[in-house]
Amino acid sequence: MTIRVGEAAEAPSFQKAAFKLLDDAQLRKNVRHATDVISGKRAIVVKEQQDWQQLRATASAIKQHTLAHLDEYLLKFEAACTAAGGHVHWASDADEANRIIVDLVKQYGGKEVIKVKTMTSDEIGLNKAFEANGIHPHETDLADMIVQLGHDKPSHIVAPALHRNRQQVREIFMREMGLSELTDEPQDLTNAARQYLREKFLKVKIGFSGANYLLADTGGVCVVESEGNGRMCVTLPDILITLAGIEKIIPSFRDLEVFLQLLPRSATGERMNPYNSLWTGVHKGEGPQHFHVVLLDNGRTRILADPEARQTLHCIRCGACLNTCPVYRQTGGHAYGSIYSGPIGAIVTPQLFDMEHSQSLPYASSLCGACYEVCPVKINIPEVLIHLRGRIVREQQSGANIEAIGMKAMARVFSSGRRLEAAQRLGRLGQWPFVSEGWIKHLPGMLGNWTAVRDMRPLPKQSFRSWWREHEKEKKEGADG
Amino acid sequence: MRISLFITCYNDTLFPETGKSVVRLLERLGHEIEFPLEQTCCGQMHYNTGYQQEAMPLMQRFVEIFKDAEVVCIPSSSCVAMIRDHYPKMAEATGDPGLIKAVDRLLPRVYELSELLVNKLGIEDVNAYYPHRVTYHASCHSLRSLHLGELPLRLLRKVRGIDLVELNEIDQCCGFGGTFAIKNGDVSAAMLSEKLRCVENTRAEVCTAVDNSCLMHIFGGLHRQRTGIKTVHLAEILASTEDQPSEDEAQS
Repeated sequence: MTIRVGEAAEAPSFQKAAFKLLDDAQLRKNVRHATDVISGKRAIVVKEQQDWQQLRATASAIKQHTLAHLDEYLLKFEAACTAAGGHVHWASDADEANRIIVDLVKQYGGKEVIKVKTMTSDEIGLNKAFEANGIHPHETDLADMIVQLGHDKPSHIVAPALHRNRQQVREIFMREMGLSELTDEPQDLTNAARQYLREKFLKVKIGFSGANYLLADTGGVCVVESEGNGRMCVTLPDILITLAGIEKIIPSFRDLEVFLQLLPRSATGERMNPYNSLWTGVHKGEGPQHFHVVLLDNGRTRILADPEARQTLHCIRCGACLNTCPVYRQTGGHAYGSIYSGPIGAIVTPQLFDMEHSQSLPYASSLCGACYEVCPVKINIPEVLIHLRGRIVREQQSGANIEAIGMKAMARVFSSGRRLEAAQRLGRLGQWPFVSEGWIKHLPGMLGNWTAVRDMRPLPKQSFRSWWREHEKEKKEGADG
Repeated sequence: MRISLFITCYNDTLFPETGKSVVRLLERLGHEIEFPLEQTCCGQMHYNTGYQQEAMPLMQRFVEIFKDAEVVCIPSSSCVAMIRDHYPKMAEATGDPGLIKAVDRLLPRVYELSELLVNKLGIEDVNAYYPHRVTYHASCHSLRSLHLGELPLRLLRKVRGIDLVELNEIDQCCGFGGTFAIKNGDVSAAMLSEKLRCVENTRAEVCTAVDNSCLMHIFGGLHRQRTGIKTVHLAEILASTEDQPSEDEAQS
């Protein structure tokens, strides 16, 4: 199966990418500022929601239930959507989805498409497929537009241009929009974007969207956003095409109540999304007259088949785990080499894409648990990270691996108290070449990563267990005497 | 009470003074300590790094050694988290009903040190004396897995002579994360530098925690930068009295 498409191309390992990014002072400042602001807003609006923990538990239960009956709900959605005048297409992988969408655009004679932010289209590399077929996609979400005009890559699930500040946005706009005058005041930048976009909204006949939720009972689609560009994309054009991962389905319209409370508070620290667009099929004389939904698998059923990892599919793409992650906050999203970054990216990417660099991602976490704590659908990300590490270790089992040899040796040391004691003695004797003036300042090999910035105390003269024996003896003598 | 001590492999090997302090403290409070010499490691390092197969026998050993204990005291929240969060699932994976039951029965008797003192023994004032400016680092496992919350601080506030100062950004990871500090040394270092800045800003002489793993990391950076700030496990502060100051103090 070939799923290495578009944005999912091979990238350097997380460690290598992070090493470079850590030197980018501007990027780190931007990422730190943005994640602090969003996290701060989130904390306030989550605190005011009295039943937050119940909402999380409910959302998790709905997702679990839906995934356990995914086949039924997808067919139910197809029937309801078709009955309402929509067309449902099924795509097993990225290539098939790209082909279906490009063919539809060609069939309607389109040369341009207006897009409302969709991660799934980045996942399958849709923009590249469009361009290869002479179709020009226009990103209309402000941040996505900044990324597109800046010939850049998204660095955050919710705020793809989070790594840019307004001075940089000004430069991009001036260059790409051919403006001679522009300040970096938010209002000026917004006006420039608005002018640029309005023309596209009015002119382009084909709209393209992702989906936050697919409603199985009504066949409806729901997209939430903050700028109104999405509302334009799903109402103004004659033709609307939606791409959705199959995990985006929820059983019924009523379930939106739970998710429309959780998502905005988690994602942007808003009580409600400014724009919540919901549509079902087509309505004569109102909105798009042709509506197509492409349901995408692209590895999702493979994730579903793994009981230890299937909670990955609960994700509603709020980005809260990125904003709180101490690793993401240092590097930003580009270190993850995938459209899906941060803690959720570290579990999604290795499962979706069969790539070399994605093997480094499950290790890009200190397992601090901050991601699990904020996740609105209770994905135990640390647990899945550990599970994926186990999978990587099993797949890489070869005797020549230094880490594996070390780990196995340690396991043997820990197999009895006597062996541990012998190893402690050996360590005390063997450490002298590395000890200088009572400290360990340089260690060889991988352990050198520790001593690069940290000193270490040598092994003390006496282990605890050895002291304990003496202590026991003293106590006994004390009691006898 | 008869308390079985699981000292953990790295405390045993690298931080014996923490173990001695736990023993001294609990004996001072009138309890009887038992230390089964067969104990080694809970398996956390293997489990979290992906060597779950190698962690299995370590889990089985732990359960076998401590299954009859009245209570088990562990001066490390991350090892307690390993046992609480993962042992039930690991036992289940073996399909051995005896082991599943043993884990289920043992878990409620496993306590991190501050949990044991405050929740089980109902004591906050342990009669400690520690005349130093101290800041408390909340390790990730103590915060998000054990949900210790204020427990260690409640104990520290009762220590005589202590000048306790709050650490900013207390919920941020120090960047240790076990093998993370080696595998992602650069990002770990970046995280550590932020933690060190917060610790230095408190102007404390001593940074304490319930995990020597984080403290080893934080101290590694503090010492490399010659800040002069020490790190000391909570047990050592609680064991310290006017008559018998902490081990470290006695040496200096």
